[in-house]
Amino acid sequence: MGWFTRKKENISPASKKSDLPDGQWQKCEECGEIIHTKQLESNLWCCAKCNYHFRIGSDQYISFLFDAGSFRESNKKMRSGDPLQFVDTKKYSERITATIKKSGLNDAVKTGMGKIDGKKISFACMDFNFIGGSMGSVVGEKIARAIDAAYEEKIPMIIISQSGGARMMEGALSLMQLAKTSSRLARLAEAKLPFISILTDPTTGGVTASFAMLGDIIIAEPKALIGFAGPRVIKQTIGKDLPEGFQRSEFLLENGFIDFIVSRKEMKEKLSRLIEYLT
Amino acid sequence: MAKNVLDFEKPIIALEKKIEEMRRLEGDLDISTEIKNLEEKVLQLRKNIYDNLTRWQRVQLARHPERPYTLDYIYMMTENFIELHGDRLFGDDHAIVAGLAKLDQHKVMIIGQQKGRDTKSNLFRNFGMSNPEGYRKALRLMKLAEKFKIPVITMLDTPGAYPGLEAEKRGQAEAIARNLFEMSRLRVPIIVTIIGEGASGGALGIGVGDRILMLQNTWYSVISPESCSSILWRSWEYKEQAAEALKLTAEDLLEQGIVDRIIPEPLGGAHKDHQLMVSTLKAILKEELEALLKLKTEKLVQNRLEKFARMGVYVE
Ligand SMILES: [Zn+2]
Repeated sequence: MGWFTRKKENISPASKKSDLPDGQWQKCEECGEIIHTKQLESNLWCCAKCNYHFRIGSDQYISFLFDAGSFRESNKKMRSGDPLQFVDTKKYSERITATIKKSGLNDAVKTGMGKIDGKKISFACMDFNFIGGSMGSVVGEKIARAIDAAYEEKIPMIIISQSGGARMMEGALSLMQLAKTSSRLARLAEAKLPFISILTDPTTGGVTASFAMLGDIIIAEPKALIGFAGPRVIKQTIGKDLPEGFQRSEFLLENGFIDFIVSRKEMKEKLSRLIEYLT
Repeated sequence: MAKNVLDFEKPIIALEKKIEEMRRLEGDLDISTEIKNLEEKVLQLRKNIYDNLTRWQRVQLARHPERPYTLDYIYMMTENFIELHGDRLFGDDHAIVAGLAKLDQHKVMIIGQQKGRDTKSNLFRNFGMSNPEGYRKALRLMKLAEKFKIPVITMLDTPGAYPGLEAEKRGQAEAIARNLFEMSRLRVPIIVTIIGEGASGGALGIGVGDRILMLQNTWYSVISPESCSSILWRSWEYKEQAAEALKLTAEDLLEQGIVDRIIPEPLGGAHKDHQLMVSTLKAILKEELEALLKLKTEKLVQNRLEKFARMGVYVE
């Protein structure tokens, strides 16, 4: 739920209006290196100097994980029904319409099937760009259906998480998506089909407290923020500063909650090998 | 008693005081009709106030410090309770209590979030906010119940899972996620009751079941009205609006298809009459349990999957 407080980060490199000349150059947030967009893209949006992983969206993940032209998206048109007719400082329905227009996405997850080195996979990838990657009914339902597709086709499931947590504007219905997705994963597990969970920056709240932490294998990109409560809330609770590196991928690895950290450039190869072992 | 009076309860309490005073005078004067009239007025006022509670007022009732808590229900509703402790991994979390009990003729595993009543017991119970050990204790005991074919009853009453440094280090999110995963396939009946506050993943962590019951004056949502206010309105001042927007009462959740049944509370709230509250819940739990026990295990688990599959609203 941290998307409101981290507004600065709520911009993907793809849509970032660079203040650098002609918009072709971007600055690495970690080391300050100025990188040409083309170079960044060929390096899978990682800084060549310090390996900082720029935040990217579902289209970019699909572009380098799947065999060319093999990915077919499902339930592309599904949209929020605004079940509570929620209004805060703005109407949720208007927020949705504006975000759809701005992001070109219909909600915070893209699902479908594709091939990784010739092996068929059911796949879901979240988009932080869409209301902080928050999970409401649409995200829950699309992920549940993707898991069912894996179950029916007897193929592995891969989910890339990137989310501030459950979506406030759908109230308890958002919360129930945690149970919905987890129960479908439980059925997938009974059928002995593999589920690989990939955590990217950030993965917090209800997404971490459901499918993201339920992988047979859980891997994370370097230095991703991963946790249940947001750092701001924890800081308020304990009344002191948080230690360096707290809730980052490396911290979770050290505490035994993820299998390994993967650099984006090695992600496809690692996934391909894991799938070979598990199928 | 008077120290925990909510704002909207005040006119009722004032009238009740007046009646009490008049009773004291009654020996000397004949004012029985006046008293009777006033009593009638109190009842009307009560009905009026409690039929028209705002969502925020419901949240306040759900948090009333004199409401029955999990252990009150256990002691008043069951016999031969044996409390069981620990997750066998790290420690024993006092914010979740659990154990075996007899609900009349039925053996049950009862697991519930437990708040304290004063500063000392609240510190001991961590204000009903679990660490990962609480969820892992709950899971251990649910698996134990499954092994010995004992149905599970859970009671939700928490302001949230504890957002602490150690909780994160020991995998708060993983502990909750694991419970959702395991509870969704547990091969014994699970009845969930929201008895107070149902705050987000912290509540849901023991909240997956075959029947979801909700006491009349409780709340259940993805976030508390205060936190919602602070994030969406960027101020703590909009908690009333946030409560309205979140649609978090028992009636709301019944309408949203999340809750199966609302448990009526005594007039004025569960804290007004513990005995009545407990006996109402007990009768309904027994009824629900007996219905679930008639189902074949396969059917029970399949129904549970379908139950949560139905939750959500989207446009295709
Ligand atoms: Zn760099």
